Amino acid sequence: MSARRTVRGLSLHAVIWLIGAFVVVPLVYAVISGFKSTGELTTNPFGLPEQWQTGNYAGILGDGMFWRQIANSAGIAIGTTFCTVAVAAMAAFVLARYAFRGRELFYTLFTIGLMFPFAVAVLPLFLMLRNFDLLDNPLGVILPQAAFGLPMTIIILRGFFRTIPAEIEEAAIVDGCGKFRFFWKILLPMARPALGTVSVLAIVTSWNNFFLPLLVFNDPKWQTIPVGVQQFQGQYSTDYALVLAYIVLAMVPALAFYAVAERQLIGGLTAGATKG
Amino acid sequence: MPSSVSAKTEERAEDTAPVPVHPPAPARSLLRRWGSWASVAWFLVPALVLFLVFVLAPIVVAVYTGFFKWGGIGPMDDFVGFANYTKLFDDQVFLGDLGRGLYLIVLSITVQLPFALFTAVLLNQRLRGRAVYRMLFFAPYILSEVVTAVLFTMIFLPGDGMADHLVGLLGLEGLQGRWFADPSTVMPTLFVVMVWKYFGFHMMLFLAGLQGIPGEILEAASIDGAGAWQRFRHVTLPLLGPTIRISVFLSVIGSIQLFDLVWVMTAGGPNHSSETMAISMFQFGFKRYQVGYASAISVVLFMISLVFSLFYQRYVLRRDLSGAVTTGGGR
Repeated sequence: MSARRTVRGLSLHAVIWLIGAFVVVPLVYAVISGFKSTGELTTNPFGLPEQWQTGNYAGILGDGMFWRQIANSAGIAIGTTFCTVAVAAMAAFVLARYAFRGRELFYTLFTIGLMFPFAVAVLPLFLMLRNFDLLDNPLGVILPQAAFGLPMTIIILRGFFRTIPAEIEEAAIVDGCGKFRFFWKILLPMARPALGTVSVLAIVTSWNNFFLPLLVFNDPKWQTIPVGVQQFQGQYSTDYALVLAYIVLAMVPALAFYAVAERQLIGGLTAGATKG
Repeated sequence: MPSSVSAKTEERAEDTAPVPVHPPAPARSLLRRWGSWASVAWFLVPALVLFLVFVLAPIVVAVYTGFFKWGGIGPMDDFVGFANYTKLFDDQVFLGDLGRGLYLIVLSITVQLPFALFTAVLLNQRLRGRAVYRMLFFAPYILSEVVTAVLFTMIFLPGDGMADHLVGLLGLEGLQGRWFADPSTVMPTLFVVMVWKYFGFHMMLFLAGLQGIPGEILEAASIDGAGAWQRFRHVTLPLLGPTIRISVFLSVIGSIQLFDLVWVMTAGGPNHSSETMAISMFQFGFKRYQVGYASAISVVLFMISLVFSLFYQRYVLRRDLSGAVTTGGGR
């Protein structure tokens, strides 16, 4: 019995390691290749580098462009998150806690937004941003991203706001607290976990967005990391080791964020999906 | 889905009894009503404006533009009716886009989802280090599409990529140099990248679903003499129904709208053999300046997503909305 169990346990681990290898090998390959020269990638594709060369990584980290792109991505992610969460929280508040005519209509309008693929809107959006003179302007990315983030954020926040007991609001009103102060001083602090979830969601979506920054930013000084990665690949397409080093460094912030906010990220991304 | 639906019943109660309870003051009621309308508007208008301007308006404009022949600059005055649409359904590349979308959908459902479910079942057992495995398998999902795409462009590079060296070691030289470069292998290769990137996400959905299945049910089946496979087939799988249906839904929508990965890895090539609807739209709209025609493509893309979503929610997800076992699992 116990021998059978051991065999079973071992084969279970073997299968999981096989799946793990499928996931990890491409990533490890990239990290190690970044320490090689492009010539060595041909002669020694799988082994450790004969000589660990830090030149690729050091060169990128010493280049202002990489940091510029990181800063742009971070700034746009923060701007988008602030905008999405602030606007969605206000709307979710009245949609959750007030009875007014047309409430369900408004809510349905926002939830329909989930069915609108970004790719459908992008062409007219681009023409509109051109007319508003928002090309090569971070707002040209932040505002549309925030708008497309609204449906999911409103759905999650409204769900959470509904769970806060009406007695708390009544007590606050009896104590002379107005709607605005209730929203700001009581509801939002109580909703911290939900706000955390939607913020993390907005940050990751914005950080990874490619389509919109690609169209809006012509000027390299505004380029975000995904656009930068693509440009870099085009520019140094024959220096494979250098390109691999660049994407490894581009992955680091996302993976670090994942390590810190793992629970909220997984929770938010899966909850977002099941609630759509 | 669960919160918005389960809330439906309590909503009714709230409608009759508004939450803020003021002492009755008939003389001021008109003023109060106005005040409450004003504050509702104050909270709602920013979201509405943002949504109308940047989400709804562009889609309306896309529908309108789809009826014109227009290069993107100058007045839009060459009204052509449905000509863009009739041209579209004569276009071999666009018809190919539809076929390729279907190909990815079928593979996602028959290969990726079972694989993700299998992994989830493995990692749902008591197992040393399973938290680490879960975290690891989910990691590709949070990487940006572009980083993933460049990584696999490098891996599948003809001649010097890791994949060519690997199949060389295995004695399969026939595969070398093909991957993204050969029209007959580009779609399967693309699908491998999609599995790498997205299976961990579906695995997480399934894990959440599996955790929603009460242990007593499986125990009872076990006492009744059901083996491991029978327990999976007749207890676990039916109870995972709602999660599986959501997973299928997301795979379909994701495959229809695929853009970033393909654009960076192949740009739709070689010779359109990996082009998707979104890529065609981008090519016509931003590279060839046939904005009217590109808008027609985006309208068709939109209609397909919309019709599918409505149909699927009406006929497939409907039964999950009332008191399903696992819908709350995602939280």
